[in-house]
Amino acid sequence: MNIRFLLNGETITFEKARPEETLLDRLREDRGLCGTKEGCNEGDCGACTVIVIDENSVKPLNACILLLGQVDGKAVRTVEGVGLGGKMHPVQESIVENHGSQCGFCTPGIVTSLVAAQINDESNHDVALAGNLCRCTGYASIIRAAQTAKKVTSPEWLISDRDTLASHALPSSLEQPKSADDVAALLTKAPQTRLIAGATDIGLWLTKGFRDISPYAFLNQVNDLTNIEETDVDYKIGAMVNIEDLRRWAVTVLPSYAELLRRYASIQIRYAATIGGNIANGSPIGDNPPALIAADARIQLRSGENRRILRLEAFFIEYGKQDLKEGEFLETIIVPKGLSNLRCYKISKRFDQDISAVCGCFNILVHSGMVVSARIAFGGMAGIPKRATHIEGALIGQNWSLATIKSCQQLWDKDFAPLSDMRASSAYRLKSAQNLLQRYYLESTGVACSVLEISA
Amino acid sequence: MSIGTSLPHDAATLHVTGRARYVDDQPLPGNTLHLAFGLSEIARGRILKMDLSKVLDSEGVFGVLTAKDLPYENDTSPAAKDEPLLAETDVYYIGQPIFIVMAKSHLAARKAARKAKIEYGTLVPILTIQEALDADSRFEEGPRIYKKGNASRAISRSKCKLSGSFMIGGQEHFYLEGQAALAIPSEDDEITVHSSTQHPSEIQHKVADALGFGMHQVRVEVRRMGGGFGGKESQANGLAIACAVAAIATDRPCKMRYDRDDDFIITGKRHEFKIDYEVGFDQTGKINGLSFFHYVRCGWSQDLSLPVADRAMLHADNAYNLSHCRIESHRLRTNMQSATAFRGFGGPQGMLGIERVIDHIAHDLGLDSLLVRQRNYYKDAKDINLKDKDMQTTPYGMKVKDFVLNAMTDEIVKTSDYHNRRKEIEDWNINSSVLKRGIALTPVKFGISFTLTHLNQAGALVHLYQDGTVRLNHGGTEMGQGLFQKVAQIAAKSFGLELSLIKITATDTGKVPNTSATAASSGTDLNGMAVKLACHEICDRISQFLAEYYQEKTAIVRFYGGSVHIGKHEITFQNAVQLCYQNRISLSATGFYKTPDIFWDRIKGDGRPFFYFAQGVSVSEVVIDTLTGENRLLRTDLLHDAGASLNPAIDIGQVEGGYAQGVGWLTTEELVWSDAGKLMTHAPSTYKIPVASDRPAIFNVSLWKNENAEETIYRSKAIGEPPFMLGFSAFFALSHAATFSGENYPDLSTPATHERLFWACERVEHGD
Repeated sequence: MNIRFLLNGETITFEKARPEETLLDRLREDRGLCGTKEGCNEGDCGACTVIVIDENSVKPLNACILLLGQVDGKAVRTVEGVGLGGKMHPVQESIVENHGSQCGFCTPGIVTSLVAAQINDESNHDVALAGNLCRCTGYASIIRAAQTAKKVTSPEWLISDRDTLASHALPSSLEQPKSADDVAALLTKAPQTRLIAGATDIGLWLTKGFRDISPYAFLNQVNDLTNIEETDVDYKIGAMVNIEDLRRWAVTVLPSYAELLRRYASIQIRYAATIGGNIANGSPIGDNPPALIAADARIQLRSGENRRILRLEAFFIEYGKQDLKEGEFLETIIVPKGLSNLRCYKISKRFDQDISAVCGCFNILVHSGMVVSARIAFGGMAGIPKRATHIEGALIGQNWSLATIKSCQQLWDKDFAPLSDMRASSAYRLKSAQNLLQRYYLESTGVACSVLEISA
Repeated sequence: MSIGTSLPHDAATLHVTGRARYVDDQPLPGNTLHLAFGLSEIARGRILKMDLSKVLDSEGVFGVLTAKDLPYENDTSPAAKDEPLLAETDVYYIGQPIFIVMAKSHLAARKAARKAKIEYGTLVPILTIQEALDADSRFEEGPRIYKKGNASRAISRSKCKLSGSFMIGGQEHFYLEGQAALAIPSEDDEITVHSSTQHPSEIQHKVADALGFGMHQVRVEVRRMGGGFGGKESQANGLAIACAVAAIATDRPCKMRYDRDDDFIITGKRHEFKIDYEVGFDQTGKINGLSFFHYVRCGWSQDLSLPVADRAMLHADNAYNLSHCRIESHRLRTNMQSATAFRGFGGPQGMLGIERVIDHIAHDLGLDSLLVRQRNYYKDAKDINLKDKDMQTTPYGMKVKDFVLNAMTDEIVKTSDYHNRRKEIEDWNINSSVLKRGIALTPVKFGISFTLTHLNQAGALVHLYQDGTVRLNHGGTEMGQGLFQKVAQIAAKSFGLELSLIKITATDTGKVPNTSATAASSGTDLNGMAVKLACHEICDRISQFLAEYYQEKTAIVRFYGGSVHIGKHEITFQNAVQLCYQNRISLSATGFYKTPDIFWDRIKGDGRPFFYFAQGVSVSEVVIDTLTGENRLLRTDLLHDAGASLNPAIDIGQVEGGYAQGVGWLTTEELVWSDAGKLMTHAPSTYKIPVASDRPAIFNVSLWKNENAEETIYRSKAIGEPPFMLGFSAFFALSHAATFSGENYPDLSTPATHERLFWACERVEHGD
């Protein structure tokens, strides 16, 4: 199977390539492009960041878990290919001038992340670099470099790469589904097929688990599942919407959810990972499910031409087991409107780019001081994303007060018996979950509770 | 003028364009083999049966090597000979290498290594400090004790007394470039090793022993590392030896690099400590007597644990003059990764002990901890009489002659507006029920020199070519700290040349022999001086020749601005060199430097182990959420003493980066082992070093205007490790913030994760 893409402006073909090989290995071993580094081989350090371009987007992605099949027909820029007019890109010059490199190993990834951030108009450098670890500088000099670099929003190579892609689109030899109908047909024919969307999870099965993932199909050319449609009563989110696009959409619609998504992995991972993948893989610590359960979201599953809709919480049966029948796939997520009470809280060891120890999401409606309805869901507290049904029941119909919240203290262990692991102890999970409800209350009364909003 | 100038890192342009080459980036001959270790799956026991048939059958595998296949010495240890490259029968930790796979690719080798079937006879592992004490599982015969005065009497006679105990977590280096080595065999029993190591001579020595070679048959080259932080002082040995043994066995180049998870699981980390203390003091906070017990979790082999634990004892005083002090240190052997060097080398743990004591005293007396600190400081150099025979000394008998922290503290108190902010924070906290802010000022006094005195030596080799260009070599290694640039600046200054005429080259055991590790912050002090001496040797020869040539025997010859000035004569440097060459003057020299005036008896704990002290002071402000323990750094002010800085930009980079790494160690970086001894935090997904947004929103960093009291290279001071401990102020600011939850002492252990802070707030409010 041939895989073809533009690499730093040159059309290259990997003949007889295996689509599940990582781009990073092929760049370094076959192309001698050793500027792109392997730091962790799991998408957490950003040293392998490359820029992937298609007609609609410019994405910084982690090459270590980016599979060849995912870049087929696209354009890739590595650190060796971001210069302008035979000179360094202003980001590169600025890092030199501001002493933003020490050992230099993270630097190529910092460069590509910042170049992509300029193109995407991402001016918050903490956000742009949350997926790039540096162990030497403490980041201050890198941020100074980012702030003072001359801005180039459409570098000459971006234009020429897009021209090349448009003028003689690289004919892909990979047979990949192009639409939801294609996916449905494929799964009808071969129900065992593993669907690969962003590969942010499956990538690790390959690089760390050495698993055989066949048979599989890449979904990145499916273009009718990447939209968010608004109706009078709800939003219909295509399963292939990536988390960064979802975040950008949520900023105005659901700001608390958007803030949760800002802390979802890193920008590199958010551009690759999809909302459908985050739900379908059934992780108990994915951040979307608790928020969407609290929002009373539903999902639409499809098998052939049959579709069914279920409440999201019903999808998660037990750890590792979802209500997904053979040949069925997740097509759409339906989020109701009118969620102004939704608040999402994430507790993790590190604020950015960490997995939740506890993710608590609250959607409580209060009328005349009384709790009218309550939907509370947690990640990290059970084998699945789970509602706090006993607590909800105890709140509804009561005064919305600290006393009410304290009165349900002994009900928490009816809802949850969390594990102790490397992220947090069971006792802390239980206590902090309770306190997040208190935070939700206090915030509703105007008490400052977020350390992120305090300055010296 | 190259000295004191903020020039960029010598490889900055290579870094940003991706052209800087690390070991894994070297172009390889087509027949290169890639290696991976097969690892022990149990923490303690014996290998009963090993079936490697599936490994050998795995795709792309060329062969395997086990302990039986090793031709000579099976050891990777820096000194104690207690660390087999490959386990023979007994295994001591989960992650210990047992066999080597040789394959056509890195991935093929890693895949195959997992396919071994090994049967073990398992024993109960010794993991915790208590388990090690109960089993008397330790290095050295018993605890090491250093003392001054009579601590127990001073404590018992004190009006006020406190005791306490806390845990200090370890730390993974997380150098961005994982461990890597490449060995290339050549004709006539010679081998070249490219290694990502801070210690090329040790690699050379260990490889020679493993091959039955003399050191003259092994050449080790290091152009750069992608970070070291102490983690490549001894931990690079295993890969280099494995590659060398495999290369000689197969007559093919062999490369090995650790996947990140393997790097975490195999290599050593910072030592974990438990520190118990008992202190007697007066009502002003002045310490009368202090007793420490250090319990050091060393892991399975000795590695560098003895000098690390020694250095912790040597920093138990930090910045404070203690009349009566006793430190007892237990070095415990446990079934986990062998803890190793990490920036500060035990110093941080020792210093954290006394800073914790000060924090506790201040809380007990209801005083600002800054006052207690100042009350116990050593006196500044300007306020002491150097001839006074009762001059202030450390607990190990070294005179403290260069203390400047009183003045530095006064300065940062002013520039950070410490007192007003502390007052403002106290007021703010009264009106904030959930969020609490805190502030702390902490000092750093860090001893500079290897405590093993003979290591304080360095060599350099400088070639001046007939066109007036310079090629420079020395024993130090570049790991990002800017050593090469500083050394080039020294050479440029010596010859009066532009930096572009100076070529910095890879560290090479074939050029400069018998080097010490680039460690203990000593890189520039030692190698810079050696380079200067080599350059001056050449300059002296040129001067002597030109003085005779121009008949200006009494004139002073000067080198600056690309010219040589001999009395009233001026000649371009290039012409001068050409003239020297034609007159058969040698234009190549070695330089050799050894630190003067230091001596140390580590058994007695007496002497002058350090040439001088590097110092710094730090103020951090934080906010915590008492409902969850979540916290943020709001503002940091750092003032650091780099002496007369050779390159302020590079030094500030070390200060900022050291601070961030120190804060990471004390807050988010948590190592967790399972009950079976498996490291559970073995990748960046679970082990959290700081990211960009973790830096303080306001970050003011400056260098103290100072000259080293000792004659170091242009009166500069070492900068590698000392700023790491500036991170303490963040930890004690968190402790301060937690005190606003109630009356009790927060009793924080490290790392102060959100969870630990949450429990600390609970403790402060409700008691234990």
